[in-house]
Amino acid sequence: MNTHSPIISARQLQKHYGDYIAVDGIDFDISPGKCFGFLGPNGAGKTTTLRMILGLTPLSGGQLSVFDLPIPERSRDIRARIGTVPQADNLDPDFTLVENLRMYARYFGLKLNDELEKRIEKLLVFAALSERRDAKTDTLSGGMQRRLTIARALINDPDMVILDEPTTGLDPQARHVIWSRLNELRDEGKTLLLTTHYMEEAERLCDELVIMDHGKILDQGSPAELIKRHVEPEVIELRSCDTDTINTIRHKISDCRVEHLGTSLYCYTHDAGPQLEYLRNEQGLTFMHRPAGLEDVFLKLTGRELRD
Amino acid sequence: MNYWQLPRIRRNAFAIWQRNVLVWKRLIGPAMVLNFGEPALYLLGLGYGLGNFIGEMDNMTYIAFLASGIVASSAMTTASFEGMYSVFTRMVPQRTYEAIMATPTDIDDILAGEMLWCATKAVISGTAILIVALLLGVVHGWQALLVIPVVFLIGLCFAGPAIMMSSLASNYDFFNYYFVLVITPMFIVSGVFYPVTTLPELMQSFVQFLPLPHAVALTRPLITGQPVVQPLLHIAVLSIYAIVSYYIAVVMVRKKLLV
Repeated sequence: MNTHSPIISARQLQKHYGDYIAVDGIDFDISPGKCFGFLGPNGAGKTTTLRMILGLTPLSGGQLSVFDLPIPERSRDIRARIGTVPQADNLDPDFTLVENLRMYARYFGLKLNDELEKRIEKLLVFAALSERRDAKTDTLSGGMQRRLTIARALINDPDMVILDEPTTGLDPQARHVIWSRLNELRDEGKTLLLTTHYMEEAERLCDELVIMDHGKILDQGSPAELIKRHVEPEVIELRSCDTDTINTIRHKISDCRVEHLGTSLYCYTHDAGPQLEYLRNEQGLTFMHRPAGLEDVFLKLTGRELRD
Repeated sequence: MNYWQLPRIRRNAFAIWQRNVLVWKRLIGPAMVLNFGEPALYLLGLGYGLGNFIGEMDNMTYIAFLASGIVASSAMTTASFEGMYSVFTRMVPQRTYEAIMATPTDIDDILAGEMLWCATKAVISGTAILIVALLLGVVHGWQALLVIPVVFLIGLCFAGPAIMMSSLASNYDFFNYYFVLVITPMFIVSGVFYPVTTLPELMQSFVQFLPLPHAVALTRPLITGQPVVQPLLHIAVLSIYAIVSYYIAVVMVRKKLLV
């Protein structure tokens, strides 16, 4: 395969459930060896897109090829080269850690031999779970289960690893461990494909990402490009428990784009100097001056209403 | 994706079978109590207790009549239980299939492996009853060993419909319908406790469409040392049930999981 040709290519990809449109004619190309992210609120169509890539959700329209092979005809061959980390862990509770990895290898049609046993030990080291190798999976913490699921996804030495919200529900320490492991994998040359609604995760991990909402791709690029394209470089974030104060300030601040979300105000500007000067003289306000990030892009593109 | 596409079974099906064997080996103690204890109690209680009043049935002792029928019906219940409660557990709450389907092992392989396993469990329970029957002195000759492949086929025949029920179920209680409306009535009318020929004529023609009477028609003569009448017909009926129900189960599970 040509290294410049995309590892996944989607054209006008669609998925309908009756009248509900989950994925609405999206196009994207994913380059090998990169970390590619799908960022979007709940219900944006991220998981459906991943399932289509795995050949587990039939397409309603469009074309999709993975490793230059067509979906759905070659789904089995495609899955043989992919590792998957699902949104919710589905480890086999009847087995120990080692047995989980061993059985998963069998589902890939791998032979149980010394080479496989060596790989299993290496994966347990990678997941920092060697000491728990003979424990049942239900005795593991959430972070440990996630690490084991990632190790399991590597049992077939895949070219690409697909991760659906890999750190949702984990504490910050566990999340950092997962991030460092994912970075190691990318450095080894594996293509990573992940969905997330954590901006920090997308910013840290993704070389390129698409922002999705309501089944459509709103924009695509590197995190830095997206920030530059959509938002002013500086943000002042103001917080107050008192709505009146927020409303008063909102009308007093000038020369910047103001957004209101709950008890916070966000002022986007190219030069925050004058506003900061003004705010320092106000009482009862908490404010923070920071560079614009992916979260600002995300909120701007997807709106601020609550999603379920 | 065409849900009705004919299934293709590959080697991966054995991985599913292997998984279930591994889990079963863990719980071998309670499994064996169930496999040996239950038929032994049934045969002693009903066979000797009731047999005292009945004397002979179809030219054999009642305990021989009962034992040679229960081998078939227990293959049915064992495979049905496994195809419902265990398959449903792996398909829905435990999400084992979801994990497996992300690999090259697909639904065709998973269900083929599950059916193999259901049939294996039927053989385990059938063999247990055969041993109990042997100890009670009702087994006649070596041809009784042919019951083992027959019980395997009976297991396949009832595993498919059970897996179909799993794909329809939204919880475990749903299986009560199938047990009370299908399995238990079949258990009663299929010649396990009394000969099918004592049923009303209309009923006799109807039960010929059910699989269990055909299963009993094979196990009873094999165990009690009588000639098997129309063996090919009985084998064909059981095989058709197995093959057709496998295909329908695959289509139903595809429609449930590939969405």
